[in-house]
Amino acid sequence: MSHDHDHDHSELSDIELRVRALETLLTDKGYIDPPALDELIETYETRIGPKNGARVVARSWINPEYRKRLLSDATAAIAEFGFTGRQGEHMVAVENTPETHNMVVCTLCSCYPWTVLGLPPVWYKSAPYRSRAVRDPRGVLAEFGVTLPKETQIKVWDSTAEVRYLVIPMRPVGTDGWSEDKLAELVVRDSMIGTALALDPAKLETAA
Amino acid sequence: MNGAQDLGGQMGFGPIEIEENEPNFHAEWEERAFALTLAMGMTGSWNIDTSRHARETLHPVDYLSSSYYEIWTKGLEKLLLNAGLVSAEELKARAALGPAAPVKRIAKAQDVATILAKGGPADRPETQAARYKVGDKVRTKRMHPEGHTRLPRYARNCIGVIEAVHGVHVFPDSNAAGKGEAPTWLYNVTFKGKDVWGEDSDPTLTLQIDLWEPYLDPA
Repeated sequence: MSHDHDHDHSELSDIELRVRALETLLTDKGYIDPPALDELIETYETRIGPKNGARVVARSWINPEYRKRLLSDATAAIAEFGFTGRQGEHMVAVENTPETHNMVVCTLCSCYPWTVLGLPPVWYKSAPYRSRAVRDPRGVLAEFGVTLPKETQIKVWDSTAEVRYLVIPMRPVGTDGWSEDKLAELVVRDSMIGTALALDPAKLETAA
Repeated sequence: MNGAQDLGGQMGFGPIEIEENEPNFHAEWEERAFALTLAMGMTGSWNIDTSRHARETLHPVDYLSSSYYEIWTKGLEKLLLNAGLVSAEELKARAALGPAAPVKRIAKAQDVATILAKGGPADRPETQAARYKVGDKVRTKRMHPEGHTRLPRYARNCIGVIEAVHGVHVFPDSNAAGKGEAPTWLYNVTFKGKDVWGEDSDPTLTLQIDLWEPYLDPA
């Protein structure tokens, strides 16, 4: 893949200059305060990411009352953790069950629940995923290594409005008595988009 | 608009490239492009629908061959020009050549957390009754507007059922065009795979799409 990398790199210099020039221009005009840019980057690099969503899901697994609140008013239930605001203003949580699997896409752009998952990965914003998720979700899932029973109903949520969807994956078996924190380690980002399942607890033990 | 952004159901893009342990940003310029776009959004010079429309009006070849933050950068340049905040000459010269235009707000670092935590809710007061209720059968309009719309091409002229009533939300088709928020009822609509893709659709597939009242007719 080193060839691809070199190719990417040589293309970047143009855009690098363009972005740098834009920042200088907007700073000179007084429209932006450069420390605010650093703060924005820092926020999404360190404070807002899929660990937020994992905490929400883990709590819903161990606390039936919380799960009820999450399913009836996800925005409020997620705000209990202090996760509010940009790209999470109107949250809906959808739960996977043995009968139904949920998967989220934004075919028109890149809508994604930032408050609980942070910024979307490149594949989520890419043409292959956006084009195919709505037509061939099982083919997409296969590329993520997920095979569902053939009778499982698949709901694909196309995020066309300002409503953002969080998938609650099924709690893996063999996790009885686990703490919320430990359960959260099983809740990988893609399981909350619906392109993965929660981690197998045996794998977590091996990794630890 | 039927632009390159409207990707649902298109074919030929190949496999999904999945990167293990992917970073948020793959280069420093991506961080800056991201932050510039957010910070300029905070000046209140345009809305989220205008900014989506700016990106989707890129030439389809340009859109499809640009990386994500390249699209954001090109979209931001369009927005700046359209809002009169910079001139084409300034973009070309890559330097300020004249005075700044007034903006509503310049976000400081210490304001960022508060602004992000507040977000930009799209719901509005319910001033009229909803036309549809859960369980109602609807047909999406056959339409091809040249302006911004959030009714994807693949879901036009299809029969579905109202799954949920979200409330009254800003109508992007109007808001993106600078014609006001025109708030209207927003619904989640369920479509069977075969009612969208035809008989060879995955029989277990349903599509759940958020759609505004003007996109729907009773069926």
